[in-house]
Amino acid sequence: MPRPWRRRHLGTEADRATFRTLHNASLAAPPLRAGLTGESAERSIRHLHDLLGSPALALTDTAGPLAWHGHGQHHEEQCARLAAATVEVGRTRVFDRGDLPCDVAGCEIRSAVVSPLVTEERVVGTLQVFAAAPTAGLARAADEVALWVGAQLELAELDASRTRLMEAEVRAMRAQISPHFIYNSLGAIASFVRTDPDRARELLLEFADFTRYSFRRHGEYTTLAEELRSVERYLLLEQARFGDRLRVTLRIAPEVLPVAVPFLCIQPLVENAVRHGLESAEGGGSISIVARDQDQECVIEVEDDGVGEDPDVVRRALAGDAALDSVGLGNVDGRLRTTFGDDYGLVVETAPGAGTRVTVRVPKFAPGVHV
Amino acid sequence: MSLDAAPGIVAITLVTVATLVIGTWGLRFSRTTSDFFVASRTVHPRLNASAIGGEYLSAASFLGVAGLVLLNGADMLWYPVGWTAGYLVLLVLVAAPLRRSGAYTLPDFAEARLGSRGVRSACSVLVVAIGWLYLLPQFQGAGLTLRSAVGAPTWVGPVIVGVVVLANVTSGGMRSITFVQAFQYWLKLTALLVPAAVLLVVWAGDSSPRPSGAGDWSVPLASGGGSGLYVTYSLIIATFLGTMGLPHVVVRFYTNPDGRAARRTTLVVLVLLGLFYLLPPVYGALGRVYAPELAATGRSDALVLELPRIMVDGLLGEVLTGMVTAGAFAAFLSTSSGLSIAVAGVLSQDVTGRAWWGRRLGGVSAFRVAAVVAVTVPCIVALLVPNLGVARAVGLAFAMAAATFCPLLLLGIWWRRLTSYGAVAGLAIGGLSSAVAIAWTVRTPAPSGWVDALMGQPAAWTVPLALLTMVVVSLGTRARVPDHADRFLVRLHTPETVDLDRG
Repeated sequence: MPRPWRRRHLGTEADRATFRTLHNASLAAPPLRAGLTGESAERSIRHLHDLLGSPALALTDTAGPLAWHGHGQHHEEQCARLAAATVEVGRTRVFDRGDLPCDVAGCEIRSAVVSPLVTEERVVGTLQVFAAAPTAGLARAADEVALWVGAQLELAELDASRTRLMEAEVRAMRAQISPHFIYNSLGAIASFVRTDPDRARELLLEFADFTRYSFRRHGEYTTLAEELRSVERYLLLEQARFGDRLRVTLRIAPEVLPVAVPFLCIQPLVENAVRHGLESAEGGGSISIVARDQDQECVIEVEDDGVGEDPDVVRRALAGDAALDSVGLGNVDGRLRTTFGDDYGLVVETAPGAGTRVTVRVPKFAPGVHV
Repeated sequence: MSLDAAPGIVAITLVTVATLVIGTWGLRFSRTTSDFFVASRTVHPRLNASAIGGEYLSAASFLGVAGLVLLNGADMLWYPVGWTAGYLVLLVLVAAPLRRSGAYTLPDFAEARLGSRGVRSACSVLVVAIGWLYLLPQFQGAGLTLRSAVGAPTWVGPVIVGVVVLANVTSGGMRSITFVQAFQYWLKLTALLVPAAVLLVVWAGDSSPRPSGAGDWSVPLASGGGSGLYVTYSLIIATFLGTMGLPHVVVRFYTNPDGRAARRTTLVVLVLLGLFYLLPPVYGALGRVYAPELAATGRSDALVLELPRIMVDGLLGEVLTGMVTAGAFAAFLSTSSGLSIAVAGVLSQDVTGRAWWGRRLGGVSAFRVAAVVAVTVPCIVALLVPNLGVARAVGLAFAMAAATFCPLLLLGIWWRRLTSYGAVAGLAIGGLSSAVAIAWTVRTPAPSGWVDALMGQPAAWTVPLALLTMVVVSLGTRARVPDHADRFLVRLHTPETVDLDRG
């Protein structure tokens, strides 16, 4: 008896209608997550049309139509007027024959239900459902779909603001070369001006190069070689200040130097290592930076033998807790994840009194990532 | 096992141990802060070129060419000429743009250029196919070397090389450490150059005898008629255009800091290969004089290994034999390692790294599983299929690379209207036609006539066919030209020194 089994398997008629609705909604959602544009409207409207089942459907922004699906496209020019009238009152409106003048014989579009698309209490567009007769059910359905589309658009806003935040963080990162570092470096350089003017001059030039790189404006990515060069300058300046208390080892496989990495993704890690690993430790400490070639990936490790940290604190720093001192860590982690995907986050190994090792993995090639 | 085996065993053990030791502990650049700016020490083109040479010169170059020259005469010189001149094509048309594309592997390039996962998958399949086709003769050559040097059964060689390569690749050793690969080039060159010099002195001291019955042998295109001419041209096309599609060669170009360095590296490779390929024909010619019986008994591939002992007696002969054996073994190890890494990389990314039955292997274990598959499959096949002759089998791998990746690279770099549909169609046609030709050749023990010639050396028709398919299908799917094509081509062709927004 296959039939009853299949019926039970797929659920009742009502269940199946629900599944269809959910499926259509899930198909319409991804394009809408790009925001309300002509392209996203064009790509999602077909699924919204399936969802509502009316003869025709239009999406508009506040100015005019973005996409039309269904019969009677000659009504598209009236969309702008309907949209304006709806935006004005800010709630769903029903328009009848009088508002939709039409001289095409046999046109089944006689009325329209227009619902505003609201995101964050602001009307950004309208959803216009065209049908032969406006029923209460249609008005209710249009209202609900418009609410749902509004929610999707709100998510799109969220995505966009998250990207903006990320970009702002990168910019902040550049501006954020710590004031202490600048002050301390200049102080250290000043101490050499009389005793060793040549060294002072060299350090000053390194300082100039370092700031030029850190404050550069163009480009999201750089080569590992450039990034490491900046790290080396940074360490040179820190060494001018700490002298023998700061011991540094670099072990760089030359094969990975051309790899493209996000701008300023290593330097904050080194700064953290110097700060946490050294400043609090008695008698100085050592830092090692290793870059290894691992087939399709490059592995960079920044290690210090300082006081270490409670893993929970690091976890919170990676999650972006701004109250903590390790601002750089969460930022670098976030940027690596947005650039290369969640497989490529930072790995931090640490415990109180056991030093810290931060590992970065970078794929040698990722689509869209180039210098 | 006789006393004869001693030099061979010593040489093979030394090369194996040295490879594993250098690979595992490696040459690690370690600097303290007194010695700053390690970051500016990118790999120099000369070192990188030696590394490419080290990875590129395989058993086919080391053993196969001499054997072919011994057997078939001057026509076979096109093999070394083509294997060198392939880099000329690479230099002029591909090297710098490929580097500027930022791609690490060939599938990477396809994905970046055409923005399509489908083309990437097609390329991955082809990388594995070409890699295995190329690995096959390496393993068979290893069997031959061990039989000739130690008297071991033929299956021992593939197994030993397979195990060593696997140990090397999975332990993380020799992973594209440029210095190790560069060392391999100079090892191979020395191992061939010194014995050749000694043998030439012996030959001169022997009042320089000429090979007997050298008429047809020393004159190119003397036999074979029309199909012979076709085979020669087809070979030229396969080798000239196939080099750019070899997976283990392309990844080395990534090490260059920029497009200019990529060109300079290629130029040095041309010089290094030109130098190396002078030597195998010397062995072939001397073999014609001193060891014509090797050709008659079908053991021509062992010529390089046996000639020193035939021509020189005593300790010197043993030492020279040890040298060439070491060189041959180095050739298998370096080429097989490079290829296995390339194949395993693709497999780990697209097969073993994926989720299977709800489980997903981590990066390192996925790579290890992939490496086992990458080495085991060709190793087993090497034991099962008949020996085609090392150089001819490698020639077929070149033919397949020429019919698939060459059109993709040339059109991808120089023609903005290439579409992903065109690329997939061209790759499919090129790959399938090459596969048919290879299957035909493997099943035909004694080639004769036009059909066997067309199938045994397919590049002359498969390359134009694939190229044409790509062009026609791309023109038919004009609307699918990727949006970023123009921007991408600007990036490929603009020198890095030009200040330009490459976004």
